[in-house]
Amino acid sequence: MVELLPNPLTEGLERPPVHPTALVIFGGTGDLSRRKLLPALYNLAHDGALPERFYLVGVSRSKLPDAEFRTQAAAAVREFSRREPDPRVLDALFTDARYVSGSFDDETMYPRLSEALDGFDEQAGQRLNRAFYLSTSPAFFPVIVRALGNHGLTERDGAAIRVIIEKPFGTTLAEARALNKTVLGVLDESQVFRIDHYLGKETVQNMLAFRFANGMFEPLWNRNFIANVQITAAEDIGIGTRAGYYDNAGALRDLMQNHMMQLLCLLCMEPPVDFSAHEIRNEKVKVLHAIAPPEPDQTVRAQYAPGIVAGTEVPGYLGESGVREDSNTETFAAIGLRVENWRWAGVPFYLRTGKRLSRKVTEIAVTLRPVPHQAFNREGSVGVQPNQLVFTVQPNEGVTLKLGAKIPGTRMRVRGVNMEFLYGTTFLSQSPEAYEKLIMDAMRGDATLFTRNDEVEAQWRIMDPVVQRWEAEPGLLPQYDAGSGGPAEVEGLLTADDHWRAI
Amino acid sequence: MDSAEAKTDAVWQAQDTTPAAVEAALRALLTEARARSESYVPARTLNLVCIVNREYSGEVANRLRGVGRFAASRTVVCSVTPGRTTLDATATIALPTQTKAGMHTPLRETVVLELGPQHLNHLETIVDPLVVTDVATVVWSPHDHPDALDALLGLAQVVLFDSVDEPEPADAVARVRGLMERSYVVDLGWLRTTPWRERIAATFDPAKLRPDLRLISNLVVRHHPESAIAGLLLVGWMASRLGWELSPLAHDSAGTRTGRAHTRRQDVALRLQADRTMTVRGLAGLEVETASGRWLRLDRGAGGLRARYRGPRQNEREWTVLGASRGESGILGEGIRQALLRDSTYRPALLKAGELV
Repeated sequence: MVELLPNPLTEGLERPPVHPTALVIFGGTGDLSRRKLLPALYNLAHDGALPERFYLVGVSRSKLPDAEFRTQAAAAVREFSRREPDPRVLDALFTDARYVSGSFDDETMYPRLSEALDGFDEQAGQRLNRAFYLSTSPAFFPVIVRALGNHGLTERDGAAIRVIIEKPFGTTLAEARALNKTVLGVLDESQVFRIDHYLGKETVQNMLAFRFANGMFEPLWNRNFIANVQITAAEDIGIGTRAGYYDNAGALRDLMQNHMMQLLCLLCMEPPVDFSAHEIRNEKVKVLHAIAPPEPDQTVRAQYAPGIVAGTEVPGYLGESGVREDSNTETFAAIGLRVENWRWAGVPFYLRTGKRLSRKVTEIAVTLRPVPHQAFNREGSVGVQPNQLVFTVQPNEGVTLKLGAKIPGTRMRVRGVNMEFLYGTTFLSQSPEAYEKLIMDAMRGDATLFTRNDEVEAQWRIMDPVVQRWEAEPGLLPQYDAGSGGPAEVEGLLTADDHWRAI
Repeated sequence: MDSAEAKTDAVWQAQDTTPAAVEAALRALLTEARARSESYVPARTLNLVCIVNREYSGEVANRLRGVGRFAASRTVVCSVTPGRTTLDATATIALPTQTKAGMHTPLRETVVLELGPQHLNHLETIVDPLVVTDVATVVWSPHDHPDALDALLGLAQVVLFDSVDEPEPADAVARVRGLMERSYVVDLGWLRTTPWRERIAATFDPAKLRPDLRLISNLVVRHHPESAIAGLLLVGWMASRLGWELSPLAHDSAGTRTGRAHTRRQDVALRLQADRTMTVRGLAGLEVETASGRWLRLDRGAGGLRARYRGPRQNEREWTVLGASRGESGILGEGIRQALLRDSTYRPALLKAGELV
């Protein structure tokens, strides 16, 4: 192997070079592409962050000429970009974009795709890296991967081939294993980038900085000081136009099995040896291996009933357009878990997620044990509350530390106050969209913020028994009013001294 | 999407006032704002202290408005009027009118101090009470005022400096070297070279091209007639990263500088030339050539830099390296952002640039 000489010119650059790349978006005219991927590409182009030579191919079923795809792509950027696009950059971004039409299971489509990619290599005068973004229905993931392999599109001397796979990665443990088997039968794990867009969020990444760049928290970060952890992903909206997807998925598959388990891993993992993808993912998998599937009495599911949200009457889940009349898909899920290892044994972890709740919030609340002696409670105040550290992922990205403080006055009365760090007030830069970060990382080959095969399966090992049990129990689910804090049954998950944080 | 945000201003004004009164007024304005909406939260990113001549303060205000999301959380503008003996002040907090329930709305504060030249020697005694403690303070003095800048170096952690503002490159290098002894310097002239540096680094990044870094034989940099220092910084950067030995360049009346850099393999012909067609400050283009027959040319173009590349087999290709033009306000915004970061490659590049003049 030839020794790679250093490139001294890259030192100090905020954006190290990325090898020239052709990006293929399967589902290039689809909703995710229009709303997220194409605007993310534009913003990367605007900032000069894309590889020096960058080419785009859209692949979808509808028949379009290249020019129409370019027009639609530019329109999507104008509609959904986080900044007003510069017309010159927008024009330059899509000027060479190609479109390949065809069904993903149509084997005759792949030679045309290959031809388009070869054309880009010719145009660039070099072998471009190739990144295939699977932004399609999950049913097509194995189909596309197999076809890429069949048509020799997964290997190329002198260039890296990467495949980015959207969620969900399987809807059961068996499906996840089967999909992994198909994918890894064609590709090496180092070529696979399983998207969990939560990991691209600044606040989620900040959990690593917060835990491992500050000495003050580590001594407290264990069973001796932490009473419980609550992870909440609440939405105030209903299912909108996503009934087709959501009625088959449900809250547990939609958010808990993937995003919320990733948050739990980042919160609980041991310090990695270094911050490489391999080491971080090793530590996350260890956390997952320490978690047993929850017992039936540690799970709650429910559906939203009609109610009032922001002063407006809204229908219940069963009244939503496209939902089966007898659907028992959960729109709310809550579980209690234990991480059975030296650091966390005995600490309850409560996870809850739902739609049509009282407000939109995603947060992790770490509640510390109370002080051993309550000296202030006799003074006619609410007294000392346990300290709480809250990582808010959205909407007010930041970290809050809840402390007890003396109420001004002549008496010694104490109440809780908040010490807040807010991203929006502390940093100049706007957080880039998660997809901007993840697309660049994938093109760079950095898998730190993507889930590894064993991680995905370990997540499913915990959640699959719940999925199977729920699917085997027909009948109507408990209901909660739209706009409320969730079903009353959720109180039953808590141990005697614990309380849910208000949503 | 970014959009023009509707705002109302909470304003306090006073004539012949004191820094303590201004500081008290700012606190009162913040309390009033919080009473209007709990979503208002003061931003606490950095303090930016600007020293400007009053007659050009409008131009500076326009540049500051254009930095957009990279605005300082508190900006203190010291507007200098010859002959003025009193201190007048206006404190403003911009209050976005559309707040979202449950969302925090960061507030940014601006203080404009009208003062006279005699205030400048001890400007720190006026400014110190007005900057937020424990937040980085950046000072920018685009209209010179070295005494005022000097007075503020004790309380500022970062100096924002535009080496392109100095008519003579040698003076620019000397000035920055002096400032660097007392503070961290963010040079806007250096930031103008960033996209060009990124492109050169990217060109030679593929494994098979890295050996060619030792074979660079010719470097041409075209620049705005008043931005020679930006070109010198680019050459200084390459020299510092690649271990070139430099000596002063010859300088002709047309503004062209020529000379040679010595490397272990061969000499590098250097040429910096003024591009009189260029209307914006900074670099206009560059060419890099290697003894192995590779040639890269970059020029400003629509939607990014226009790149032309010729390999050893004479096969020429042309493409656009995507990126939006930043404009003067964008450069300033980038400077403010860089004030919170540290770039270890600037100082060696500056020192090498100093060897060229």
